[in-house]
Amino acid sequence: MGSFLARRIFYGALLMLGVVVLNFFLIRLAPGDPAVVIAGEMGGATEEVLEAIRIDYGLDKPLPVQLGIYLGNVLRGDLGESFFFNQPVVDLIGQRIGPTILLVVAAQVLSIVVGIFLGVLAARKPNGAMSAFVSVFATIGYAVPVFWTGIMLIILFASVLPVFPVEGMSSVKLREAAWYIKVLDVLHHLVLPAVTLAVIYLAQYARLSRASMLEVLGADYIRTARAKGAKERTVLFRHALRNAALPILTVAGLQFGNLISGALLVETVFNWPGMGRLAFDSILRRDYPTIMGVLFFASAMVVVANILTDLSYRLADPRLRGRA
Amino acid sequence: MTIVTRALRAAALCATALTSTAVMAPAAFADGSLIIASSQVPRHLNGAVQSGIATGVPSTQIFASPLRYDENWEPQPYLAESWTVAEDGLSVTLNLVEGATFHDGQPITSEDVAFSIMTTKANHPFQSMFAPVETVETPDPNTAVIRLSQPHPALLLALSPALSPVIPKHIYGDGQDIKSHPANSAPVGSGPFLLEEFNPGESIVLKKNPNFFIENRPVLDEIIIRIIKDPSALLIAMENGEADMYPFMAGSQEIRRLEKVDTLAITDQGYAGIGPINWLAFNTKSEKLSDVRVRQAIAYAVDRDFITKALHRGVSQVQRSPIIESSPFFDASIPAYDVDLDKANALMAEAGYADGMELTVDYIPGPKEQQQSVAEYLKSQLKKIGIDVTVRAAPDFPTWAGRVSGHDFDMTMDLVFNWGDPVIGVHRTYLCSNIVQGVIWSNTQSYCNERVDEILNKAAVEMDAEARKALYAEFQQIVAQDMPVYWINATPYHTAYDTRLRNVPVGIWGTMHPMDTVSWGE
Repeated sequence: MGSFLARRIFYGALLMLGVVVLNFFLIRLAPGDPAVVIAGEMGGATEEVLEAIRIDYGLDKPLPVQLGIYLGNVLRGDLGESFFFNQPVVDLIGQRIGPTILLVVAAQVLSIVVGIFLGVLAARKPNGAMSAFVSVFATIGYAVPVFWTGIMLIILFASVLPVFPVEGMSSVKLREAAWYIKVLDVLHHLVLPAVTLAVIYLAQYARLSRASMLEVLGADYIRTARAKGAKERTVLFRHALRNAALPILTVAGLQFGNLISGALLVETVFNWPGMGRLAFDSILRRDYPTIMGVLFFASAMVVVANILTDLSYRLADPRLRGRA
Repeated sequence: MTIVTRALRAAALCATALTSTAVMAPAAFADGSLIIASSQVPRHLNGAVQSGIATGVPSTQIFASPLRYDENWEPQPYLAESWTVAEDGLSVTLNLVEGATFHDGQPITSEDVAFSIMTTKANHPFQSMFAPVETVETPDPNTAVIRLSQPHPALLLALSPALSPVIPKHIYGDGQDIKSHPANSAPVGSGPFLLEEFNPGESIVLKKNPNFFIENRPVLDEIIIRIIKDPSALLIAMENGEADMYPFMAGSQEIRRLEKVDTLAITDQGYAGIGPINWLAFNTKSEKLSDVRVRQAIAYAVDRDFITKALHRGVSQVQRSPIIESSPFFDASIPAYDVDLDKANALMAEAGYADGMELTVDYIPGPKEQQQSVAEYLKSQLKKIGIDVTVRAAPDFPTWAGRVSGHDFDMTMDLVFNWGDPVIGVHRTYLCSNIVQGVIWSNTQSYCNERVDEILNKAAVEMDAEARKALYAEFQQIVAQDMPVYWINATPYHTAYDTRLRNVPVGIWGTMHPMDTVSWGE
């Protein structure tokens, strides 16, 4: 187990290095000059001023040299300073990583729990109305773009029926309120973005768990459980779901990366103060250090999630434990 | 069915809990808070080295300045309780209020004023504001004497909060580069509000300054600037009472939608100082547009009324001059160029383009209604006088700015601010000496008229208001003939605010002015 973990961490670090190098060159291939943006919102300056800015920010050096300096700084834990805000990128990300994790985890939990629940219900009677509903819902949920879902939810539940807020993660009017009110307030703000982000994955989990459950429910040991007189709930959730859960677990880990990229759109639509929105705004501002920093953290989160998935997979399936 | 029923019950319970939070929100609202919704993201909060609305609104709450202006363009005491302009116009003496302190308790002295003016002169993008300032003398801690190389009628306006924050020398004078100084994001000022929290790109929380040098002010306990970049979310926040004020709103759909909300009032007051003008600029060095008759033909072909009434749904006002029509320097007798297609076609024929021509038009990406929609209208309208217009999109602002500041364009839509005094915001567009490659909002039209230079240089040192008005009247007549720019409309900035708010900032600088008298009524 120890060597397995060490190897996964080593591969993860290699992957991170690849991501950093690739992103570094991809971002600099994009058109637009950050010096113009740094020169201020007046949008332009003389060539001398622009040149001075390029020297100040090291943009005058050849790309491989810039990459070398950047990698050296990253190893020391320094992701540089934002061109736009003149603040350490680590600080900017530090302010936003919490909201992103909250959103992604909430969406992940919501999609897994509701998705499996729907899948199990559908699998009970494969030709019943519930099964048909889940199939149609899954197809639509998977096909609809995440931003469209977000806009529709905003129109329905924030404008027509103003039940949920859409202006960020918390209400500034409750800044001085008791902690439990603030927690409820954050949950209140979390509903629409988390549902928006969860819908597409929820649909996938529903389909997947329906298929897995159908396969497992036909197995001999299920018939045996029923023959012993076990309650239907026990049969479904204790005997069948445990065995059907393995593929869901694998997909859940792999989906984590997709959830983070989905969070970019959802955070923009719902003004959620997370890393996705920071990345979106930074791209428009040509704020290279911030874009690189966000990508670094996002890929680190995906790598960690994948390692955890591998670990949990081994814990869940005893047959894998002995393998390196 | 048991499982489904239980799930539904749980969902109903959650919904009740969450809805009750929503209902709780207004009850917990403190009357002393003002929440301003904004789509503008400030880089930092130091208006001494950064122009623009995004920094201007918080900066004017955090930093006091020597003077402030009322709604009639008259200077009022602020950090300077009185001031004297020398008869020869070559010096201005500021007598500072006694006992004023910065937010950290340090006293404000003439040294701070001198440091601030010289720092702003060296670092602010508006170089003309303090260009004639040679030195600032400090004979005693409460007296600052600004020495000028020539009379400077725009100086008093340049001492407004929006343009001239007094920054503490003991913090910013430590030798670090002022433009990237860490204190720009954690500023210590002497204005009515002090910074409590700055979350870049998210929010700015300002608390009442308990030691503000004007007694019994500010009235509000706090101002929170909430940055909401998504326009729909911003409007919903205003409709649902999550925000109390939304300044710099220019979209007709936004304005018309919020007009229908009973709890909100809308005003277009508060933008005279900024003087935002939406215009069509010509590259007078391009072969076809170097002929003034072509530029005039275009002016006769374009219908400003259609743009303001149809494209902008009646929310914007026609603008005929380089000087915003709400300014005391505006000359109402300027030629209007009412639509006359026959005259426009005749001018085209006279210029040798009876068979038509091809031109491009650029526009600033972003404010679609003011820029892109007008550019697209120009394409169809100018076809009527034989001009085939290609509308060139730019993926982002730097790309557009690069084209225009590099003089690589035929015509471009543009949005330019007057910034209070023509010396600060108008001269830059028309002076021959300001034709500078690489600088956006310089004389990118490459327009040069010696008489115009002569008038503007005279107006820049003329201390008599009436004589200055006469000079600017002549200037407006000339540029209206030469037409380096076709001015279309005043950008329809509006402020939406909760009807219970009192003393809403509608002076010449609007929300870029200390909001120390704003309060909540019944």
